Amino acid sequence: MGGFPLRQSIRYGLLAGVAVLHMSLVGMVEAFSRREIVKDTISMGQLLLILAILVLAYVAARRAVEQHPLYAVFSGALVGLVAGALLAVLALLIKPLGMREVFANASPRLVKILLFDEEGVAGVARLLAVMTASGALAGLLELLPPRVRRPLVYALLATLTLGLLRDIFAVVLPRKVSRFLYTSSGLTQAGLLTFLAMWGVVFTFWETLGVRLQREVRSLPPAQQRPLQWTSYALVAALLVGMPFILGERGSYIFEVLDIVGIYIIMGLGLNIVVGFAGLLDLGYVAFFAIGAYTMAVLTTPELQVVRAVIPQMTFWEALPLALLASLLSGIILGIPVLKTRGDYLAIITLGFGEIIRLLVLSDFLKPYLGGAQGVTGIARPTFGDWYAKDPQDYYFFILIAIAIGFFISVRLKDSRLGRAWKAIREDEDVAIAMGIDHVATKLTAFATGATLAGLSGAIFAAKLNSMAPHSFNLLISINVLCLLIVGGMGSLPGVVVGAFALVGLPELLREFAEYRLLVYGAALVAMMLLKPEGLWPETLHVRELRAEPVKVSPVPAAGEAPGSK
Amino acid sequence: MGILDIVHVTKRFGGLVAVRDVTIHVEPQSIHSIIGPNGAGKTTLFNCITGFYRADEGEVIFNGEPIHFLPPDEIARMGIARTYQNIRLFANLTAMENVLVGMHPHLTSWLIEPILGLRRYREEEARAREEALQLLAFVDLEDRAYFLAKNLPYGEQRRLEIARALALKPKVLLLDEPTAGMNPRETEETMDLIRRLRDELGITIVLIEHDMKVVMNISDVVSVLDYGEKIAEGTPAEIQINPRVIEAYLGRGAATGLTPAA
Amino acid sequence: MVSARTARWRVRLRHLSGTDVALWLIGALLLAMVLIGSYKSLQAGRYTTRQWLDFIIFGLAQGGVYALIALGYTMVYGVLQMINFAHGEVFMSGPFTAYFVARALDKAGYFDSYPILSLAIVFVVAMAVSTFVAVVLELVAYRPLRGAPRLVPLITAIGASFFLQYTFRGLYGSGVKAYPDIELLQGTWSLGPVVIQKTLVVVFIAAIVLLVGLYLFVQHTKIGKGIRAVAEDQQAAALMGVNVDRMVSMTFAVGGAGAGAAGVLYALIFKQVHFFMGFIPGIKAFTAAVLGGIGNIPGAMLGGLFLGVFESLGPSLFLEGLGVPAPYQLKDAIAFTMLVLVLIFRPTGILGERIAKRA
Repeated sequence: MGGFPLRQSIRYGLLAGVAVLHMSLVGMVEAFSRREIVKDTISMGQLLLILAILVLAYVAARRAVEQHPLYAVFSGALVGLVAGALLAVLALLIKPLGMREVFANASPRLVKILLFDEEGVAGVARLLAVMTASGALAGLLELLPPRVRRPLVYALLATLTLGLLRDIFAVVLPRKVSRFLYTSSGLTQAGLLTFLAMWGVVFTFWETLGVRLQREVRSLPPAQQRPLQWTSYALVAALLVGMPFILGERGSYIFEVLDIVGIYIIMGLGLNIVVGFAGLLDLGYVAFFAIGAYTMAVLTTPELQVVRAVIPQMTFWEALPLALLASLLSGIILGIPVLKTRGDYLAIITLGFGEIIRLLVLSDFLKPYLGGAQGVTGIARPTFGDWYAKDPQDYYFFILIAIAIGFFISVRLKDSRLGRAWKAIREDEDVAIAMGIDHVATKLTAFATGATLAGLSGAIFAAKLNSMAPHSFNLLISINVLCLLIVGGMGSLPGVVVGAFALVGLPELLREFAEYRLLVYGAALVAMMLLKPEGLWPETLHVRELRAEPVKVSPVPAAGEAPGSK
Repeated sequence: MGILDIVHVTKRFGGLVAVRDVTIHVEPQSIHSIIGPNGAGKTTLFNCITGFYRADEGEVIFNGEPIHFLPPDEIARMGIARTYQNIRLFANLTAMENVLVGMHPHLTSWLIEPILGLRRYREEEARAREEALQLLAFVDLEDRAYFLAKNLPYGEQRRLEIARALALKPKVLLLDEPTAGMNPRETEETMDLIRRLRDELGITIVLIEHDMKVVMNISDVVSVLDYGEKIAEGTPAEIQINPRVIEAYLGRGAATGLTPAA
Repeated sequence: MVSARTARWRVRLRHLSGTDVALWLIGALLLAMVLIGSYKSLQAGRYTTRQWLDFIIFGLAQGGVYALIALGYTMVYGVLQMINFAHGEVFMSGPFTAYFVARALDKAGYFDSYPILSLAIVFVVAMAVSTFVAVVLELVAYRPLRGAPRLVPLITAIGASFFLQYTFRGLYGSGVKAYPDIELLQGTWSLGPVVIQKTLVVVFIAAIVLLVGLYLFVQHTKIGKGIRAVAEDQQAAALMGVNVDRMVSMTFAVGGAGAGAAGVLYALIFKQVHFFMGFIPGIKAFTAAVLGGIGNIPGAMLGGLFLGVFESLGPSLFLEGLGVPAPYQLKDAIAFTMLVLVLIFRPTGILGERIAKRA
């Protein structure tokens, strides 16, 4: 037993302090405070602060517990106290120093939020108390046995998520239930308790029975697992297809969001082939999305007289294959010069290409052909006889099919000869060449396949919006897609879906978040690379084969260790 | 004319001449060692053979055909495979996948076949996997097939690298210090393996090696490089008594003894 | 016996791939377009010699700024072989913060009474902030990843870039902030028939002086020698007792200081700062660094000046000559095209050979 890790706790406290100061000063706390997660109890702004404390206090406690169990609580509390003290100093100094002159978000409202609606000493006391208590709580959490801790944490997280996703669920649920559980921005107190209880039961159950069930299924011979697998796939598919019918009119908003998420999933699947499989960091990926979208737009719009004089106006279905072809060809054309370079230079060249295409599209130079800065309107909608797509629900089906195609292609290619060649190039290009792999052709195929998926996504996007502005095709889209890949786990297909929901779906729902989207993305990229480079949902290798594996030792490594962490 | 003829090859890096006018003829189905002090240009020579470096002068002739101007992937497809001094496996692929990558030139599917799941493709893959397992068995790694390469112990990684090279079905295999870092037992096993490659598979081996015990034990011919130049060539017995070789090694006080320790 | 050179050419010709031919054709086409455009434009005589001179002087001033930013890219690449994608944000952070100092000084009237001293204060603040941001960035985001696969630090740098951008947006607001006018730098000087804006001259000279100063620092001080030793061979440097971590920090510090100063100069030319100001100049400066041969400090200087002038002349010189309407919209496209072309055709840059070990 050693002494109390004072210095380390203070270090984590300072770290937490920097984090909460940052969130306060960039305005996140204030912007989020308008959303009350639980009525009259906690706003999302405050939750943000507390979460930062909880995480860092937990990490500190985890280290302190090695010395003495009680130290975990002390250490956690100290982290909260230090961070709280820093916040208190900020809150007290904002006014006398006139910080608002410089810091746009150092407003009186922020002070009020930080001091929990009180003033002066009472406010500081309350702030310190809440922060210290949160820190201590995190320490206590560390002391709980994992069997209890895990369901508890999961239940809390799930409940908070349900609170955050109020806009979806409050609409879907029958009005009476919805009134009981939700306010106009978050949960009611009754809702909080209901959900907590519900999730608590679910996760406790999972922790005991579910895990055992899972193990039993895993130990079945592959032949018996197959039907189970297919059943679960079929259930998911049925749910996805049936959802619009179940939700009907009420679902419009949900499907609006789902459509956007879906468009990113298609792009993500494409970029996953390029970056995740072949290891080519393409920062100009949006160019292919734009090419698909613009081909669709230019071919189907009644505007653009110069073009109409040459090419007759087309329908959605006539233009779609051409849009795919255009993005495929542009993938090859841009790919040839680009793929002669490697690694980081490739990233910069693709970035350059993406920007050149954006500037060209925006310019007056190509305005007669592409519509310039005003964009193009009157893009065709998909039709079947008399029926044409108009609601988000209609496009949902198109997107679902496109996603299915993307998934199918990815799954099929992943373990094929081509997929192996991609992965070999990703791992070590020189050696791949020494194994007789034609690296240019292999990389080009990856580039072209990815480009085609982006083009498909762009074509659907153009038809869905019906009109479009060139401003929707900037670098940030490439970064968004890259980010969702990295957060989900490069090379991992479920990771793409998880990443898209987390990074595209969530911000769509939390509109006040929009301003901080890129801030959070940036932080997420850095944090993922530093702490968990394999992503939230890493690619599991050859699950099927591994199960047939007779050797007892688990051959799949525990998550690849972050270089240099700790 | 051997199976692999290196004819007057010179390679310069700026002012430094890494390989100077080296001529080596490798006989079919032999084990031909290339030895020399560190920095003598052995690995550079390998890179010239495999096409990663372009020789500034001279020719590399494989099976009677000049290959020194071909890109490295084409040279690999013609039947020259190699391993690396510092193991270079595809770390995040399984042992099986590593071997399958080696088989790449002998398979035919590309983009469309796997997407459509054609029968030809499925049969080809099944056959390839079977073959890969056999190769893994050949180097005694069949129970490691689904381990990630990076999780294998050092000695097994070396063997896996050889299996991957074998998957290319090479006529000539270039081994760059295959026993580096091994204990005596592993070294012994690797020597056995190298002999089996020649005797059972009929592959010609070109070997860079520092361990004189290995070199003297298994080589048919030994070429000695020093400062990029070939200073001697002959059977192990001849090399051991060659005064220039002894000077090249002992003159610099190299720690490696030339006489095989029984 | 055929000489080595002709033999090599024969080999090259025999194995010229279709892609190479296509690439060179595209290159030749672009070059021809530039030449034809320039010729037509000069023939049409829409601009006077004085206007062309104005373009060049503006280009030189702007190029000096690019060169100062490029210094950071090139030094970091030399030492860590990574593209510090967030360097544009290091550049933004200094002048954006110093804006508040400048505003306060302006309000107090110091810019009129002690213009040089006030400017010096603004410079020092901007350089200090940028240096701080660069060093912290390295410490927090890059140091733990040293030795990781190449793409990992690049992705981290991209993340850091957006994080910094939006942090400063959150801190200081999203609006454009106008730098105060400085009486001393207003107006023009005339040298015979040539009339030039004072600001541009001052910016250009300041940029060159700073560049030379930083270059001498790297060449002649003990720290500079340490940095170069680490760039040459990290392990060997460590064995010789050089503190590698400290030298990497110093590299970021020098690059940050250059970027901060460049930021103030940029603000003097364009009179405004905002959170997004680092992105485009950042990429252009990177282009300049590659152009001059990345890792090569004098190269970055030449690359910056060349790019600045080329970009300033380009729209009027050849785009207009080719009949492109509103050619100024494509000013940035010129720089990006240059970036792409250099990376494809001559990734070693015009002066540099350092990169040879990349493969």
